[in-house]
Amino acid sequence: MIAASGAAVSFPALSLLIILPIIGSVLVALLSERRAEYVKLAALLTSVATGAISLWVLAAFETHDAGFQFVSRHPWIEPWGISWHLGIDGISLFLVVLTGVLFPLVIAGIDPHHDEKRYLAWLLLLEAGVMGSFLSLDLVLFFLFFEIVLVPMYFLIGGWGYDNRIYAATKFFLYTMFGSAFMLVGIVATALLARNDLGYVTFDLVTLAEKSSFATDTARWLFMSFAIAFAVKVPVFPLHTWLPDAHTQAPTGGSVILAGVLLKMGTYGFLRFGLYLFPEAAVWARPLFLTLATIGIIYGAIAATMQTDLKRLVAYSSVAHLGFIVLGTFAFTDQALTGGVMQMVNHGVSTGALFLLVGMIYERRHTRVIAELRGLQQVAPIFAAAFMVVMLSSIGVPGLNGFVGEFLILIGSFSTARWWVVIAATGVILAALYLLWAYQRVFHGEPDEANSSFAELKPREGALLAVFIAAIVFTGLYPKPMLERIEPSVKKLIEHVEERSDYTQPEIEHSEGEG
Amino acid sequence: MVELAWLIPALPLVGFLTILLFGRRLGDPKAGLFAALMPAASFLVTAFVYFDLLSREAEERHHVITLFSWVPVGSLHIDMAFLVDPLSVTMALFITGIGSLIHFYAVGYMHGDPKFSKFFLYLNLFVFSMLMLVLGENLLVTFLGWEGVGACSYFLISFWHTRDSAATAGKKAFVTNRVGDWGVMIAMFLAFTTVGTVSYSGINEAAEMGHLAPVTATAIAMMLFIGACGKSAQLPLYLWLPDAMEGPTPVSALIHAATMVTSGVFLMTRVNPVLKVSYDWAPTTIATIGAITALFAATIAVAQNDIKKVLAYSTVSQLGFMFLAVGSGAYVAAIFHMVTHAFFKALLFLGSGSVIHGMHHEQDMRRMGALRKVMPITAFTFIIGWLAIAGVPPFAGFWSKDEILLFAFANNRALYVIGVVTALLTAYYMTRQVIMVFYGEARWNDHSDDHGAHGDFKPHESPKIMLLPLVVLAVLSAVGGVMQLPFSKSTHFLEHWLEPVIEFGEADIKKTWAYDNKWLLLGLAVVVALVGIMASIAVYSKKKAKAIEPPILADAWRYDSAVSSFVGGPGKAAFHALALFDAKVVDGAVNGAGNVTRSTSGVVRKVQTGFVRSYAVILSIGVLLVLAWFLFRGVSA
Repeated sequence: MIAASGAAVSFPALSLLIILPIIGSVLVALLSERRAEYVKLAALLTSVATGAISLWVLAAFETHDAGFQFVSRHPWIEPWGISWHLGIDGISLFLVVLTGVLFPLVIAGIDPHHDEKRYLAWLLLLEAGVMGSFLSLDLVLFFLFFEIVLVPMYFLIGGWGYDNRIYAATKFFLYTMFGSAFMLVGIVATALLARNDLGYVTFDLVTLAEKSSFATDTARWLFMSFAIAFAVKVPVFPLHTWLPDAHTQAPTGGSVILAGVLLKMGTYGFLRFGLYLFPEAAVWARPLFLTLATIGIIYGAIAATMQTDLKRLVAYSSVAHLGFIVLGTFAFTDQALTGGVMQMVNHGVSTGALFLLVGMIYERRHTRVIAELRGLQQVAPIFAAAFMVVMLSSIGVPGLNGFVGEFLILIGSFSTARWWVVIAATGVILAALYLLWAYQRVFHGEPDEANSSFAELKPREGALLAVFIAAIVFTGLYPKPMLERIEPSVKKLIEHVEERSDYTQPEIEHSEGEG
Repeated sequence: MVELAWLIPALPLVGFLTILLFGRRLGDPKAGLFAALMPAASFLVTAFVYFDLLSREAEERHHVITLFSWVPVGSLHIDMAFLVDPLSVTMALFITGIGSLIHFYAVGYMHGDPKFSKFFLYLNLFVFSMLMLVLGENLLVTFLGWEGVGACSYFLISFWHTRDSAATAGKKAFVTNRVGDWGVMIAMFLAFTTVGTVSYSGINEAAEMGHLAPVTATAIAMMLFIGACGKSAQLPLYLWLPDAMEGPTPVSALIHAATMVTSGVFLMTRVNPVLKVSYDWAPTTIATIGAITALFAATIAVAQNDIKKVLAYSTVSQLGFMFLAVGSGAYVAAIFHMVTHAFFKALLFLGSGSVIHGMHHEQDMRRMGALRKVMPITAFTFIIGWLAIAGVPPFAGFWSKDEILLFAFANNRALYVIGVVTALLTAYYMTRQVIMVFYGEARWNDHSDDHGAHGDFKPHESPKIMLLPLVVLAVLSAVGGVMQLPFSKSTHFLEHWLEPVIEFGEADIKKTWAYDNKWLLLGLAVVVALVGIMASIAVYSKKKAKAIEPPILADAWRYDSAVSSFVGGPGKAAFHALALFDAKVVDGAVNGAGNVTRSTSGVVRKVQTGFVRSYAVILSIGVLLVLAWFLFRGVSA
């Protein structure tokens, strides 16, 4: 069964992934402000150690095991059935690795403009929250981490952001809180209602998903209460307007983390808590979410085209890209879901890198307004080349990572959501339009005076981007290692849905020619 | 040797990586020469593979090389694999052959450009992508190459990116092609959901065995054709190709004449069994669009004054001929014309590049004239290219065009007539170009000041490294017809060679009137070509009649400007409206709700406390909701 499988490891890797950043955060907070180098070192060491453990988990992960691995389970508040229950499977594995790798890169590669100590402390706390969200298998534990994330993010945007940061931070906080309130209701109701079946109260995800059953109507209400929280987090159209503000106003590091992993808490939540807990309700809600996802793809892309602020443009592109992921999630096929999970990571890498690049442009020019930039390729060809590769990944050019995920989502969704796919696929045309148009305005043309002294890529920036670009190219050309780890868990989830609803995945028949 | 076919794309890839790392160190001209050696080496490998295949029985000329499993999820298995068969080898031969010639030419043409090595970086990447496209064993590997050549085309069109027109043209090419790519993607999805694979062998076999319903086959074929319209510049998506002339001339020759733009024709030929089992209207649509595009572009070419624009519209027109062939079930003729066209159009483009080079970047034919005296080799080779495209026997284009017209006649006489009119116009506008550039009086003296040469401006012949490729291509354009001569069964060499690939889809015209009277049609084609040439000489050389060049033709029937003004007008306005809707309505509702909450909860402006209180407010709302839940629903559940 689910909880029992996986390597029996003696050392609590998953718990460490959460605790280490917390220790780091406390350590950074306690260190004296005057010893800035120690502060940075402490932050770097703890985040690197966390990243190393996440890579070790990746290496030790049983490829063909669909269940939760490295499970760690300790009773916490026993009377209420709340436990410290962590586990990792193919769906969360790469999100955890992405989180583990992204934070040290952000810490090493991007300096805040002031108050480094507090900035790093918040960042590490944020890491703990994100890790916890991806690893928790207990509803209360998950909710706790899901909410914890808001606090450091609020302070990062509010403290180190740009001109309109307070507005953006507050909007981000309240909007997400609004969603979470529904989820809290849902969580409590789920546990209490399940007691009728189980005879005891538990918030354990696996127990609830495998053993309890809800009346059809009830499950649908419960599903929607979770879904609202996740839809805000993703964000799904029309709940997306906090995102462009938060992204644009956040400091570069914050934007990278926000795009890289924070949004994925929503798409991941749909899979782990929506589909897994309420399979029948998720099938019922399909048309709604497929439609909203498709609207998001086209709408986000069109809105991105018309942005005048480069960072805002990238933010709107996220709305479109995450639409693809939601589409794949609600298509319920092996390819679409695997592609969706993969695309969560891909989007983190390529949009994260885009935000880095936009941040570098801002550092040099102190503007993000597209109309004030011009001809940068002429003065900084290597910088332009790096931007180009990342942009092509975002556009979804085959051979780079973005394409594999998008392609799998679309080809997988075609059998169950044909007409949505036909429309959603036009998003690839629009993606080319808004990114290439922006590229032309920023990088092509003859640089004017203000842009002619634009500095070429520095070694540290180059090293940072090289990691992203290596991931972009490798995943695009050889996605197999990733796919074969994601797929078993996805298959298992779909089987779970099939068992508990009248949905069956259409069988794709092989032609005789190529067995 | 067949097993080594993976080397064919690998070598240009090595070239790309080498120049990426050492390009600047190698510099001008070493980086270019190194880059040119890569497709040349690929050509040698391809030639070996070709002879290896030739030595085998027809049914054994089909070899799959699997490198690794690329995208495997559930029932979807896509390999990074190559399909080595007569079709892919034919494509690879002329891509690497003409590709290396153009590389060498470019070493001379790009000499002195500050981004010399970068140019060859893109060029090698292009050749690699193009080879992936034709060697792909499945639609996805082809699509990798398909988008790859699209990206390279974008890089190279906007190579001189400080020029706004070049930057815009590159973007236009990429985005327009993406419209077509949408079609290719849908075709892949359809293939996977109906036959469970995207491999060509799987799809074609399903079609041949009757496992593919006509409606599905039609959908797949038409979706692929949308892709082909994008890549191969057919109506209504041809718009990007004339603008693509902003790129350096070797790029126009390689990408926008000889190789990339023929991808659509290749793709349709690759899946000819699918087209065969489609509803009849599918091939008819393809043939009709091809014929109309051919005529449409030819009328525009009549009134262009830019030396490259004439050739660009001519390319669109000739590609239309190839689709006329595809739609008529004349796959051999389509490939035949594709190859001969690659010879003579590459020759004509390189020739025009040589003229532009010698004229110090002048492209307006009204400022040329009499150049045969100062550029004898360029002129001589260009004239051979002209004879080939005009359809004068025994030059290559005559044979391939005639074969298409033969099938068109058997298939649909209205389309045949369009084809003949187009052939006439082709002879007419190409003669016009030759006269304006190489004959008549020298008009460049009047404009010598424009070139900064202060009166002593004199066009010059190009260096040897540029002339040698011209000579080789001239020879090929002259004798290329020997691949497929209509005299007897034994001279149908290309047909025998391609037979294993196209035999299912190829139309059988043996019992038609056209086939019985093919010598008559051949004779008519010669007459048509000569009439076109004579008419043009009468107008442009002897000045016996006034030239018919109405502005509407020079302006490409105003189609491009209509599309541009739609996109820039209502299109942009709609996009603006949506962005405004997002800011005012969607976000406005959120902020409105926020303001209401703020005033009702009496939260002070100070944010720290503000958000804490809001948190509290929302939490208490949550708790209230939980209570409500238990009061109204929980009891019954």
